[in-house]
Amino acid sequence: MQFMLLFSRQGKLRLQKWYVPLSDKEKKKITRELVQTVLARKPKMCSFLEWRDLKIVYKRYASLYFCCAIEDQDNELITLEIIHRYVELLDKYFGSVCELDIIFNFEKAYFILDEFLLGGEAQETSKKNVLKAIEQADLLQENIDFQMRLFAGCQRSRDPAQRAGGNRTDINIIFIAIHTPPISQLLCCM
Amino acid sequence: MSPSVPLQEMIRAIRSARTQCEERGVIQRECAAIRAQFRQADNGGRSHNLAKLLYVHMLGYPAHFGQMECVRMIASPRYSEKRVGYLGAMMLLDEKQDASLLITNSIKNDLSNSNQYIQSLALCTLACMGSAEMCRDLAPEIDRLLRASNSYIKKKAALCAVHIVRKVHDLGELFTKAARSLLTEKNHGVVHGAVVLITELCERNSETLERFRKTVPDLVQIMKGLVISGYSPDHDVAGISDPFLQVRILRLLRILGRNNEAASDAMNDLLAQVATNTDSTKTVGNAVLYETVLTVLDIKSESGLRVLAVNILGRFLLNNDRNIRYIAMTSLQKIVGTDHNAVQRHRGTIVDCLKDQDASVKRRALELSLALVSASNIRSMMKELLSFLSSCPPELRSQTASGIFNAAERYAPSQRWHIDTILHVLTTAGGDVRDETVPNLIQLITNTSELHCYTVHKLYRALLSDISQQPLVQVACWCIGEYGDLLLTGECQETEPVQVTEDYVLDVLETVLQSHMSSPSTRGFALTATMKLSTRITENVDRIRSIVSIYGSCIDVELQQRAVEYNALFKKYDHMRAAVLERMPVIEKNSQGHTNGETIKESQTVKVKPGEPQQPANQVQANAAFYTVFSIVATVTVYEKDGVTVTLSCEKQSDSGLTVTLTASNSTESDIRGFTLQAAVPKSVQLHMKAPSGDSLPARGTAKLKTRADMSEVYETKVSPVTS
Repeated sequence: MQFMLLFSRQGKLRLQKWYVPLSDKEKKKITRELVQTVLARKPKMCSFLEWRDLKIVYKRYASLYFCCAIEDQDNELITLEIIHRYVELLDKYFGSVCELDIIFNFEKAYFILDEFLLGGEAQETSKKNVLKAIEQADLLQENIDFQMRLFAGCQRSRDPAQRAGGNRTDINIIFIAIHTPPISQLLCCM
Repeated sequence: MSPSVPLQEMIRAIRSARTQCEERGVIQRECAAIRAQFRQADNGGRSHNLAKLLYVHMLGYPAHFGQMECVRMIASPRYSEKRVGYLGAMMLLDEKQDASLLITNSIKNDLSNSNQYIQSLALCTLACMGSAEMCRDLAPEIDRLLRASNSYIKKKAALCAVHIVRKVHDLGELFTKAARSLLTEKNHGVVHGAVVLITELCERNSETLERFRKTVPDLVQIMKGLVISGYSPDHDVAGISDPFLQVRILRLLRILGRNNEAASDAMNDLLAQVATNTDSTKTVGNAVLYETVLTVLDIKSESGLRVLAVNILGRFLLNNDRNIRYIAMTSLQKIVGTDHNAVQRHRGTIVDCLKDQDASVKRRALELSLALVSASNIRSMMKELLSFLSSCPPELRSQTASGIFNAAERYAPSQRWHIDTILHVLTTAGGDVRDETVPNLIQLITNTSELHCYTVHKLYRALLSDISQQPLVQVACWCIGEYGDLLLTGECQETEPVQVTEDYVLDVLETVLQSHMSSPSTRGFALTATMKLSTRITENVDRIRSIVSIYGSCIDVELQQRAVEYNALFKKYDHMRAAVLERMPVIEKNSQGHTNGETIKESQTVKVKPGEPQQPANQVQANAAFYTVFSIVATVTVYEKDGVTVTLSCEKQSDSGLTVTLTASNSTESDIRGFTLQAAVPKSVQLHMKAPSGDSLPARGTAKLKTRADMSEVYETKVSPVTS
């Protein structure tokens, strides 16, 4: 895979992952043109299109377009499956994921993508293993962060957007207070 | 100093900005705060600030001042900071930035960290944006990790190695051994990574490919395990066990089995099993089947298996899912040259796809349909293609038009049909045809003398209804000029004759001359046609004289020149007028060598002394002729006279270079001395002739003279260097 883009129906970029070295200007140009091309397509059309010398595979999930650029020898149908797998992972992680989750927790979306794809290829074909690895990594991070967050005074809010991200932190704070993590983990991160 | 706003607060603030200007304001304030925070000492909120910056960067605003912060964060001992730091590195730094080299040391340290999640961050970043220098520095580390670590790290190291090999091809040697041993692991992720790595190594280096052929039995074993084994909840997708791994293995098998009988045999049974047992109701099953079909068609598979593969593609063509139909046509396109008959069976479905709504599907269907046209189905196919032309999207028009012309030229069942078809194309898509169409059509018309009357009637009627399609108007004007007398006789065998007077015909030509829709070249055609009619009509010669003299002061220089010359013809050379304007002779047909494997006599340019020079290659179709020469690998005799034989054999050196060897031998009783070979090529080709092995041909074919010549094609925008 050369790159993956996530964008909304209005053409706003929500995630971009580039596996080829390009200058910022080139990336912007490609993004702009590709977004225009994909958004111009009608709903029932084919998920594949040829653009410049690349094959583009895209799929729309609710209000988000997931768009991948693959090379000539790559299998288009399995790329659709890769996109679907990524959406499933996001769904499992956020619990019924919606576009707002990805906007407000974009760094988490990247972390999940980086656990699933590496250098443009799938690294782990089991959904369970990917989610387990993310969980462990998050735990590692939270152990350090809980002190900071207590300080910053993150509150439980009614706003669904903040709740999507804020929730986890709150629960984890309580969680860590009750359940002491293994000392070794804390040690190696401090 | 304003307190740092949490990331999500900032996102909310940006989203609630109502105008672009307001958004810019919010972002500027935030960026200023972030910059200030960066300058401060460690305050515990660094990862949040960098995350905020990354969000701003994603919106399209400049964020280069965060690059050094990324470098600092990566070096931090805290996991949360490392995580965001590495993410920032992947987003803000790429191999073109100088700052990327600074993180090499941090990556190196992190690769040896005791915590696997930190190792994983380093591996991920290296695989995403590692430059060639970084890869060279860290390759030994990656090799170490490939051998001795847990499976979580091994699978990542394998893909990291893939990236390294892509960046620095020579380092492939380093990973070969480790890749081989990884295939035996149980963990699917590791095996998947190993297969991707081996695929990359084999694609780069043919020796490595030879070595890895021995792994075919192991790969077959793994695939069998996946296909036959029962339900495994970890890797199951809609009933298929680990389709991602299956597809990668199939792709590797394709590369290993290509051009190798033994390897292809070893995988034959497995491919048949996968092709028959895989459930094709869901996309994932079709993905595996698709890869299987590609593999079967590319290796040296037995004919039964090939038939199975083409049948699967045929089933795909009938699938409701548009994606599957598109895939099927793409694959059929690849084999239409080799398995032509098998693909012909599905012609009906393919032609139906021409009516599909989707432009990508239409394009594929068009290409396939054009490839499937043959002498037996030309009439029905042409009907479909012509109806497609009238409704097809504009970007496909010129491709369709040229495809139709090619097909008509090769398989036209009759001249009249051919002319009708071309006229039909000109009326529907006249603006999208190539420039050569007009002279080609004119030549075709002159060659079919029995249809002159029919043609001129048809063209006259077409001109009456529409004068906007330039190629059509040009041909029509030319015809009326040439055969206008046939129009005026009022009789025609093939079609309903028109009852016109000379005035009507001249009216039509004048309309074309004066219309704003006519291009300058079209008006040139019309003027010449008017002039020609002066010898073919009897009464209105004065009218023609006046038209011609008016255009003697036309602004268009070309028209003016023509008019002045015609005027002169009227005034001073009236005695020659009839001779000058009489019927054109039949034009020599320009030969086009466009079928592979046909004789190259049409494209020869070799001059042999002593002897007659041969026909120079057709300038217009020089490229087609060149490719024809490319396709010939066998030896062809190009000259045989008076006991002297010259043969020509070609060897393809590169995509645009060719080495031609000319061998001359002498079967007469006496020696021939002073024998030289000269060659001429069209302008699109460059030729370098080497010195011949001698200049005398001994008698009775006791020895041969060899001359080598290197030819290469010259493109308009770039010149490819001639191989010497």
